[in-house]
Order: sequence, then C-alpha cells, then structure tokens
Amino acid sequence: MSVRRRRLTAVGIAAALAVTTAACAQSDRGSDSNSNANTTQDTGNAGAAGESGPAGTPAAGSGAAGSGAAGSGAAGGAAPSGSGGAAAPADIPANADLNATFTFAAAGAPEMFDPLYGTDGETFRPARMMFEGLVRSKPGTADLEPQLAESYTSSPDGLTWTFKIRKGVTFSDGTPLNAEAVCYNLDRMYSQTGAGAVQAEYWSSNMGGFKGQKDSAGKEVPSIYKSCKADGDNAVITINRFTSKFPAILSLPSYSIQSPTALKKYKANDVKQSGEAFTYPAYATAHPTGTGPMLFQAYDRTNGTITLVRNEKYWGPKATVAKLVFKIIPDETARKQALQAGTIQGYDLPNPADWDSLKESANLLIRPAFNIMYLGFDFKNNKALQDLKVRQAIAYALNREDFVASQLPEGAEVAQEWYPKTVDGWTPDVQQYPYDPEKAKQLLAEAGQQNLTLNFWWPTEVTRPYMPNPKDVFTSFSQDLEAVGIKLNVTSKPWNGGYLDGVTARKPDLFLLGWTGDYNTPDNFIGSFFSSESNDFATFETPWGKTFDQEIADADSIPDKAKRDAAYVALNKKIMSEYMPGVPISSSPPALVVAKNVSGIVPSPLTDEDYTHAIITKG
Amino acid sequence: MLRYIVRRLAQLVVVLLILSLLLFFWLRLLPGGPDSAICGERCTPEQRTALRSAMGLDQPIWTQYLKYLGRIVQGDFGTSGFVEPGVPALEVFWHRLPATIELTIAALIFALVLAIPLGYFAARRKGSLLDSTGVVVSLLGVAVPVFFLAYLLKFVFAVKLHWLPDSGRQGDINATRVTGFFVLDGLITREWDAAWDALKHLILPAIALGFIPFAVIFRITRGSVIDVQNEDYVRTAESKGLTTSVIRRRHILRNAMLPVVTVTGLQVGALLAGAVLTETVFAYPGLGQATQIAFQNRDYAMLQILVLASAVTYMLVNLVVDLSYALIDPRIRTR
Repeated sequence: MSVRRRRLTAVGIAAALAVTTAACAQSDRGSDSNSNANTTQDTGNAGAAGESGPAGTPAAGSGAAGSGAAGSGAAGGAAPSGSGGAAAPADIPANADLNATFTFAAAGAPEMFDPLYGTDGETFRPARMMFEGLVRSKPGTADLEPQLAESYTSSPDGLTWTFKIRKGVTFSDGTPLNAEAVCYNLDRMYSQTGAGAVQAEYWSSNMGGFKGQKDSAGKEVPSIYKSCKADGDNAVITINRFTSKFPAILSLPSYSIQSPTALKKYKANDVKQSGEAFTYPAYATAHPTGTGPMLFQAYDRTNGTITLVRNEKYWGPKATVAKLVFKIIPDETARKQALQAGTIQGYDLPNPADWDSLKESANLLIRPAFNIMYLGFDFKNNKALQDLKVRQAIAYALNREDFVASQLPEGAEVAQEWYPKTVDGWTPDVQQYPYDPEKAKQLLAEAGQQNLTLNFWWPTEVTRPYMPNPKDVFTSFSQDLEAVGIKLNVTSKPWNGGYLDGVTARKPDLFLLGWTGDYNTPDNFIGSFFSSESNDFATFETPWGKTFDQEIADADSIPDKAKRDAAYVALNKKIMSEYMPGVPISSSPPALVVAKNVSGIVPSPLTDEDYTHAIITKG
Repeated sequence: MLRYIVRRLAQLVVVLLILSLLLFFWLRLLPGGPDSAICGERCTPEQRTALRSAMGLDQPIWTQYLKYLGRIVQGDFGTSGFVEPGVPALEVFWHRLPATIELTIAALIFALVLAIPLGYFAARRKGSLLDSTGVVVSLLGVAVPVFFLAYLLKFVFAVKLHWLPDSGRQGDINATRVTGFFVLDGLITREWDAAWDALKHLILPAIALGFIPFAVIFRITRGSVIDVQNEDYVRTAESKGLTTSVIRRRHILRNAMLPVVTVTGLQVGALLAGAVLTETVFAYPGLGQATQIAFQNRDYAMLQILVLASAVTYMLVNLVVDLSYALIDPRIRTR
C-alpha cells in the first residue's frame, strides 16, 4: 500500500512539474477564440455550370468549365441541389448511447447567443449547433453546399442570386422557415445601427457598410448587399458588385437564419453600448431561436455551463446526443486534466506538445490546415525595408524548413505564398526563398545594409492555431537573422497587453501574425492583409501600395472563375517576387481532441465541427 | 466603541475614493485594451477605431473618468466585456461572490480545524513525532506554490483515482439555485445529491487554498502556546492547583489566541489572492477566476469592481480583527 501511494505521489509530482510552466501561460479566450472561422469554399469542381443547372451563362464556354456552381462567386451557375443540411449520422453502432450528454470544454464565456453579434469562437461554437445558414461548408472541407437553401443559382453577371428555400423546415418556436423569413434576416443584418452595427463585425468585415451608414467624412460606406426579395419559395438576393466572396459569406455563422417572430418578440436588435462593453437583449441572452439540431436550454452562469438539448422536431437527421454541455474551463492544462478525469469528452486546440500523449489516451482529430503565419514587414519607420533586396534577404535568411520540421505539429508545411494550398489561385510557380544565408548576406551587401538594425516584436501570453508557441518562432528566426548580420532590437509584449496595439500603431519593423481562413477565397486572406489603407504593413506608404490594392480588388471582381484564378496566380507571383510585404512562414494544422468513446466528429478546416451527431458509446 | 467603528468606516470610504481614482488611471495606462482583446488579429484598423469610439476609449482620459464617476453615482459599475460579456459588472460580482465565499469558508475551516488543535498539541508535546511531522508539513505548506499543490491534488485524486471532481462547482445535475451557495442550496431544498455533489467539488480546491493558511496558523499556534505555557501566570495557576482543563482553556489557549486571530485575519486576505490561482486551476467560477480573465482581457469594469471589493474585504477583516482583540483581551476592552 505504501509503495503504491509513494509511486502515485511521484507520478503526481512529475505531472505537476510538467504543467507548472503551462499554469502561468493561461490559455486565454483569445487563444481559441479567433479560430472561429467558418467558412466556405468555392469548391470549383462541382461540375460546370452547364451540367448542374440553368446556366444562363457563358461560363462553360469561357473557360469557367469546372468552376464550381456550388462554389462562391462562380457567377452564372447553379448549385446542385444539396443533400446539404444536416449531416446524416455515420453508421450508429449498437452500443451507442443516444441519450448521452456530450460535454465539451469551452475556453471562455460566449458573448451571447445571437450569432449576428458574435466575434469569437466561443460564441460561434454553441451557435453552430442551434442555427443554420442558407449555405454551409461540407463537413471536413472548406467547400460550399446548400443548407437551408435546397439549391441556388446566379445571374451571368453574378449580381443576382436565387436561393430556393427548403420546405418543411420550422424554427424551434414552431414558426415556418420561408423566403420571407430569410429576407427578414438579411434586411435585419443590413439595417443595424449604433452599437449593433459596431458589434455586427462579421457583416462589416465581409459585406461592408450598413443601410445609410456614413463614414467620418460623410460619405456613404459601400455595401456588397443590395436587397433581398421573397419570390414564392425563392429568396432573391441582389448584390451591388460582384465579389468572389459571395455566397461563401453566407456560410459564416453570423449569417444564420433566425426566427423573425422571436427576433421581434425579444427585441433582438436592442444592443446597447455600456461603458467599455455592450449589453444584449433578451433574445441574445435567453431566447436564441434557430432551425438547428439543438435547442437552447440554459446558461448557468454560477456554474459556468451552457446546456443545449436535442431538437426533436429537427428537419434533418436528429442529433445523436440528447444533451450538449459547454463547460467553461479557461485554463488549457485544466481542460486536459478534465478530459483525463472524464469530466468532459472533448476540448479544442490542445497544445501540440501534448498531441502524442493525447493520441494514446483519447482521439486526436487533426484538422486540415487552413491558416497562415507570417513575418510581417512594416514599411513606415525603417526605410531600409523599402528596398526589395533587403526584404528578399530576410526571406533567404530564415530557415523556415527547419523551423517547420522541428517546431510545428505534424502536417505543418512551409508556406510558399500568403494563403494555404487549398485556396483558389495558389500556385507552386512563385519565386522560392530556400534557406540561403550566403545569398541573404550578398543581397544585404548589394543594398548597402550590412549594418542593418531592425525592431523585432513578438507576442507573449498567447497561442494561436497558426502559431502554437510564439517564443519558438521568435527564437528560431532571431538567430537566423543575427546569423546574417542583422542586429535586432527585440520587444516582447502580451498579445492583449500591447502587442496588437503596437503592431497597429506600426511600432515594429518585423512582427509575427497570422490568419485562419473564414472561407475559401484568396480575398479572405490577402484582401484582409493588404486592402485597408491603414493595414499593418503600411503598404500604402510604398510606391506600389495603391497598385497592389487595386490588383487585389480587380481579381476579386472577376465573375469568371477560371479567369479569376488566373488573376490570382499572377498576383501571387508578383507578391512573392516584386512586393514581398513580409515572409509567409507556415500553414499549421490545429487539432481538437475527444474521449476514446466518442466518434463521428469530422474535423473541419474552418473549426466548423458538428458535435450534435457525435456517437458516444457505452462501456 | 461605536465612534471607533464609524471612524474606521469613514476611513474606508476615503481610501476607496482614492483607490478608484488610481485604479481607473492605472488600468488605462496598462498596454492593450478591451478593443485588442475583442478584435484579436481580425479587425481592420477602421473597425478597431469604430470599436474604440463606441466604447468611449477615444475620449480624453479625464472625460472617461468623469463619465465613470457619473455612472457609479447612479449605481452603474459598467458592463463586463469578457468575464461574462454583456452582464452588468456588479451582477457578475454578486453572483460569483457566493462561490468564492463558499470556497474561502471551506478553506478556512480546513485550515483552522486542523491547525489549531495540531499546533496546540505539537506545542504541548514539543519534540514528539507529532510535533516534528507538523513542523515539516507546515514548512512544506509555506514553501509549495498554491497552483503546484492544486495541480498535484487534482492529478492524484481526480485524474488518477477518480475520487473527486477535477473542476467546476457542480456536475451535470438538476439543482435548484436559491442563495448561490451550492452546498447550502442543496440543504435548503433537501436536494441531498446536489449538496453532496457541490461539497465534493469543494474538497480539493479548499485543501489547495487552505494549505498555506493551515501551515501559517499551525506555526503561530504552536509558537504562541510554547511561549504562553512558560509564562509566570501559567506556573502560578498550576501551583494554585487548578485543573489542567481550566489552565488550558482559561490561561493558555485564551492568551495564545491573540496572535492566532491576527494571523487568521491576514490569511483571509491571502486566501483571496490564492483564490485567483486555485479557481483558475479548478475552473471554479468565482471571483478569483474572474480576476484572472478580467486582467488578461482588460475587462476594465470587472477589474475595477474586483480590486475595490478586495480592498473593502481587507479593511473590513482588519476591523473585525481589531474588534476581536477586545473580545479576547479584556485589557484592550477597558482602554
């Protein structure tokens, strides 16, 4: 007995020692939150427009053959009527417990339960179980398919989109889903004002302005959205300009279709600013009403749990879990121990350092990588960086291959350009920057910058899906840069404690950041990085910044998918050979982990997993 | 006595006003802000500007302070942005307070019930096995960091042995909420399973949190009893032929308790600090966990209320300790 106790204690001490370091590095809400992505992708291969429906488009003949009708921004096509909607559960084994509760750890509290105002993953995770959109991403992919729409078609110019609304679907308050309800939702989103407009961040990021919104100069803020009209079973959405992002945008959880009756009854738009935060109406805190497989039951703030129950009237395959509980456990080590103790059956974004041990004791679900980490340059303060040779020298100086192999989880790849391979327009035919310190020194000498000093910033107190351990990244690359003679002034700051502010204020010359894709369009990556006039790289301070911005906008506005992809290929080549606003480092697959007796969850590149059809086996 | 209490409470108000001013400016001078925490890397600079403007963070800091004071006068302590987004900070404070009080009481009970008797008997049998063991354990208690002990206890008793829960205040159980004190609620509503479940959730965090106070109180009790039992008045009492129990109760324990009460009061303050780590490790949704989340995400409204509340607690506990001297030591009462 005493021997056994001693051994347990020893094991315990060893384990506690192992977690000591992690204890202080709190897994912040931010660390998980912004992986929220939910995206959709233009598959581009769902069959030519002509095959799948009323083409009304020269697409097939104009090189768009093979462009995805189901995909976003493939104008003039029709999406195949999707099996869409709810995923049919995989073969349900005999020992599956269909009355089970699936408890998943959340890293933080949700903001509320109205996805329109959601900005983080902890808000979107429960929302995805209760709400559905017109379209969604196919399980396990970033490809688009219909969901509450049975199918959809677009006009040749890509400005008018007709969504045939699925019949027989009701909201959880018993009211029917129809084209009027869909248009009510889109008009509601577009009509946000005041605090609601500030909080509806995924509208402003993707659609642009709100109805009647003016900027500080009094100019109207342009919006992609124009109108939505109910026409029988169809909701006809008109947009102001063609963008490759539409209709992929509609797969984001913020664009979920909610019950108009409940929205009105519980004053869903009544968001108010209060001090440095926002307050939400009863709809968002206690009465979220969607069409999804789960219903909201309770948010027990005193116990830190959110409980959803099976929607027995769900239009698709019923949930295979009776109850879904999100238990708030902010500390990552505590989440891991809760899984080991059996208190929870899953959690998101386990530390890659734990992957091997988790593979033995649980099911580790590795997602396809859909993110990018980069070393950004800021052109404003250090004029040396305006010389292309200096920027290329930095790229040659970084041993990205070794870093990815030794520091990132399995499946990670060196990034050759500014978005992952699976996104349209990616090409291997860009200028390559293999590790070559001699070439780096030579370029620095040619630029007359042998005594170059750079301000290098890196973040602490954070992990991101694309950057599991910022210190490792900094350590590797600072050594590489110093090895070619570049002197570094190093600044490290907490992510929410000055790092992001510093980058936005353009204090660093070099900084580490990244992005998890929302849907499969190049614009979601490079448009987000470089299109704003005050972007982090200060590209508008360079002679080529405006041209670069225009090239991004031009590519996004080409309705013909093949031509658009070609434009992005050309742009990617130019970015990597002429612009080099930074060095893309890697795409890294994040993971989630569930208990051994849990199956049926398909890891999504967009963190868009469906827990409602998880299979929990007894015994 | 009453005048003394009123004077002390008046001091408390002044201290709070000064503290609120310092706190307001200190928080806003910290790098980062709630807009960074909300935006992460995803906001465009324009969105960030709009957010800062909507939150009033673009206004001069004195304007912000005056607005803040104006809201406080109306009883509005702001809204939590992260701990429980969208909920008034005061409401978050009140519904998390029972959790932390419940945990603190459990930790104090653990510390006092063990430390005072053990400290007393260790002193009475100085040099015995009990004494030596007690001294070593108490040394460990003050040397081992709270979070280390918390992870260790959890690993052994929750993860490996599955004897006790690892996190939270209650499992997936139908429980009626009445006071917010889960154990008490279970007893009031006669939901025995809920009360038992809540109690099981308290055991490990209470031990982790109460271990330092246990160690400190044990050492003070032991030292104090050793000092007191060698005092002349104890020898006089013995020579008068008083019974051992009378000597223990009236002459040793009572006199030895003065420093113990002082230290216990100070330890209540230490418990609040320890609760930040303990509640984080055990995912226990109390004020300690709220403090950690609020600081990390610059939840100004919550931080303001949490720091002010802990200042009030410290000062009230000190007041109670001072008053308790009068109860224990009649010489102070007469002064």
